Amino acid sequence: MAATLPAPQLKITDLGAGIAFGALALLTLIIAGKTEYPAYAFHALVFAIASGWACFKVFDNATSRGPVAIPQEIGGKPNYNMGPVKFATIAAMFWGIAGFTVGLVIALQLAFPVFNFELPWISFGRLRPLHTSAVIFAFGGNVLLATSFYVVQKTSRARLAGDIAPWFVILGYNLFIVIAGTGYLLGITQGKEYAEPEWYADLWLTVVWVVYLLVFLATLWKRKEPHIYVANWFYLGFIVTIAVLHLGNNATIPVSIFSPKSYIVWSGVQDAMFQWWYGHNAVGFFLTAGFLGIMYYFIPKRAERPVYSYRLSIIHFWSLIFLYIWAGPHHLHYTALPDWAQTLGMTFSIMLWMPSWGGMINGLLTLSGAWDKLRTDPVLRMMVVSVAFYGMSTFEGPLMSIKAVNSLSHYTDWTIGHVHSGALGWVGYISFGAIYCLVPWLWNKKSLYSDRLVNWHFWISTLGIVLYITAMWVSGILQGLMWRAYTPLGFLEYSFIETVAAMKPFYVIRALGGGLFLAGALIMAYNLWMTVRGAPEAREASLGDALPATR
Amino acid sequence: MTDIPATVPRKTSLWARHKIFETNSIFLILGVLFVISIGGLVEIAPLFYLQSTIERVKGVRPYSPLELAGRAIYVREGCYNCHSQMIRPLRDEVERYGHYSLAAESMYDKPFQWGSKRTGPDLARVGGKYSDEWQLRHLNDPRSVVPLSIMPAYPWLATTDLKYNDIAIDMKVNRLSGVPYTDEMILNAAADLRAQINPEDPGAADVEKRYPKAIIRSFAGDPKRVTEADALIAYLQVLGTMVDFKLYDNKANLR
Repeated sequence: MAATLPAPQLKITDLGAGIAFGALALLTLIIAGKTEYPAYAFHALVFAIASGWACFKVFDNATSRGPVAIPQEIGGKPNYNMGPVKFATIAAMFWGIAGFTVGLVIALQLAFPVFNFELPWISFGRLRPLHTSAVIFAFGGNVLLATSFYVVQKTSRARLAGDIAPWFVILGYNLFIVIAGTGYLLGITQGKEYAEPEWYADLWLTVVWVVYLLVFLATLWKRKEPHIYVANWFYLGFIVTIAVLHLGNNATIPVSIFSPKSYIVWSGVQDAMFQWWYGHNAVGFFLTAGFLGIMYYFIPKRAERPVYSYRLSIIHFWSLIFLYIWAGPHHLHYTALPDWAQTLGMTFSIMLWMPSWGGMINGLLTLSGAWDKLRTDPVLRMMVVSVAFYGMSTFEGPLMSIKAVNSLSHYTDWTIGHVHSGALGWVGYISFGAIYCLVPWLWNKKSLYSDRLVNWHFWISTLGIVLYITAMWVSGILQGLMWRAYTPLGFLEYSFIETVAAMKPFYVIRALGGGLFLAGALIMAYNLWMTVRGAPEAREASLGDALPATR
Repeated sequence: MTDIPATVPRKTSLWARHKIFETNSIFLILGVLFVISIGGLVEIAPLFYLQSTIERVKGVRPYSPLELAGRAIYVREGCYNCHSQMIRPLRDEVERYGHYSLAAESMYDKPFQWGSKRTGPDLARVGGKYSDEWQLRHLNDPRSVVPLSIMPAYPWLATTDLKYNDIAIDMKVNRLSGVPYTDEMILNAAADLRAQINPEDPGAADVEKRYPKAIIRSFAGDPKRVTEADALIAYLQVLGTMVDFKLYDNKANLR
């Protein structure tokens, strides 16, 4: 089969990619030489080195490659391309630990401001975006890249489309992470929450994201299965919607090509609406739809049971993506956003409870007939607890979107606690579960190095999450009540600084919780490292190949 | 997946029609795009044409060059991570911080800085509440004026010269997307910036004329040297002071 393919020498796509990388290297070198901003020059140099290396690599690969193209199938089985998946899996673990560590540092800064060290690069205002971006986009993003490239290949029974393209997506995305993260430390930010990277990083991400969509689609087009598996609907929904949100919320005009600064074309109230349309759906599509894709593949696979209900998954998918997009204004209750928009946001946020729980039920009941595995398989337990956390935080969310509740919870730590029950419990645990599954599959090991260590990870980090979210509930509600407390004579009872001082014990407990979560992740990294180092063993033929049939 | 037809009773059933999305990725994408467009369009588009979105109110003007540069420092240091600029119409907030915020007051803000968390107090009306000396000491060492504060210190602001080579282009870019800077304002941007910290500068009167009620004084102590602290304090001191609420007609702007 492979022999019948034409002998590729320098293909037109290689030539095009090589020239594009070369041109980018040249352009960024000129920018690095001409700009007056040292931090921007540094970024331009990083781009120049990366694209120069990519240019060399493309031509080197094209000329040193044999006359035979990489076969699509070997011995009748798809020749899966797992290199990019492995890279993204390692990157996810690396960024995860980096992001959790920064989270612990900023938690300590809030409890003990001396940890700011009076240094600009690590003051709270710059580290907090670093933490959020590192955990959401670096850790979460790499988990999504790794799992989506794995799942789309396996469920399509086809090799990932393209040779350079998948690597471009993975490496390009991680370059974006480096640029964004170092930018925050050096004071380059556009000051929009969860969308802090400046115009040139945004532009780069747009290119990477378009290639990501194309690789994903082209792989689906090669599929040997008649139907697109449900997990892929969620991945596709996530990829497409994130592209739309990214473009809408980052419509900026750069001051000049030689300056890192730009101004958003929207202003004031419209900018606020765009921001939270983006911000809430970064939660809805990046942290929910994408990770539901993981749930729909890895839980059935691990439990060796089919997805509970095919029809429920159809309803889940369409209603979730339809309703989520409306929920943004609940971040702007009682602000200068017109009331009609706030009311819409609240109404749809409450309705959103239903598809969220529908999805949770579909995930949990997939274990029907396999509940006993929760006792024996700590990885499956982690994923199931993750879905339970998903259920909890998607109940809490609609509750907090009610204006009366929000008047108390908004601007307080309750929001932070809510976010972390979703982020640590749901996103964190489903990611850990998927990575625990993936590593033995990718590196051809029979099992993990140690299930006991998975157990330790599970219990230590669960304790951490519980400490974290309960501390934030108490501090959030306490501070909200103190702000609105009146004396019998009708004066405000507390000065603002008294409410800050009251937070201290909870900030210490929160840091402790975060520390435990980080400790769990370190145990995980050790366990995975030992798994990869272990002797290779042919794994069972059934694992990772056949799809569980839907009912 | 092969057993799906067995579970679908009739070809005409709605469930069977879902097949088109499951077998064709382009239809699936178009379906997703359609479904996610509705909410965004309904909530965002009207904000651009409904007259009631932004209140009619006198006094809101574009930021002076120094204030605009100060705002960039505010954004750079990530102040929005802990300070909101949005007072809600709740009894305790209005008593603590002042009149609730109007949409008009941030109509020239790119990006908006309403914030989402109050680790520190709201700053929407912090202008004029504290002296420049207090602000400077507070930035240099917050705990020297507020012993229980957990804010980081920003001692580098008072020692770093403000970089404002691009200030005129900054204003041009703002004008491109709707901020009414005049040619005169843009032409004199750098000179106005320097003049705002020096009441003896011959251009100081023009700054006042171009940016009504602009505060003209040395914010960080040295009228000959523009530091980042000058710019940031100039920005903080103008926050929430543009609208005169004695003249504001609340009833005319009910939404």
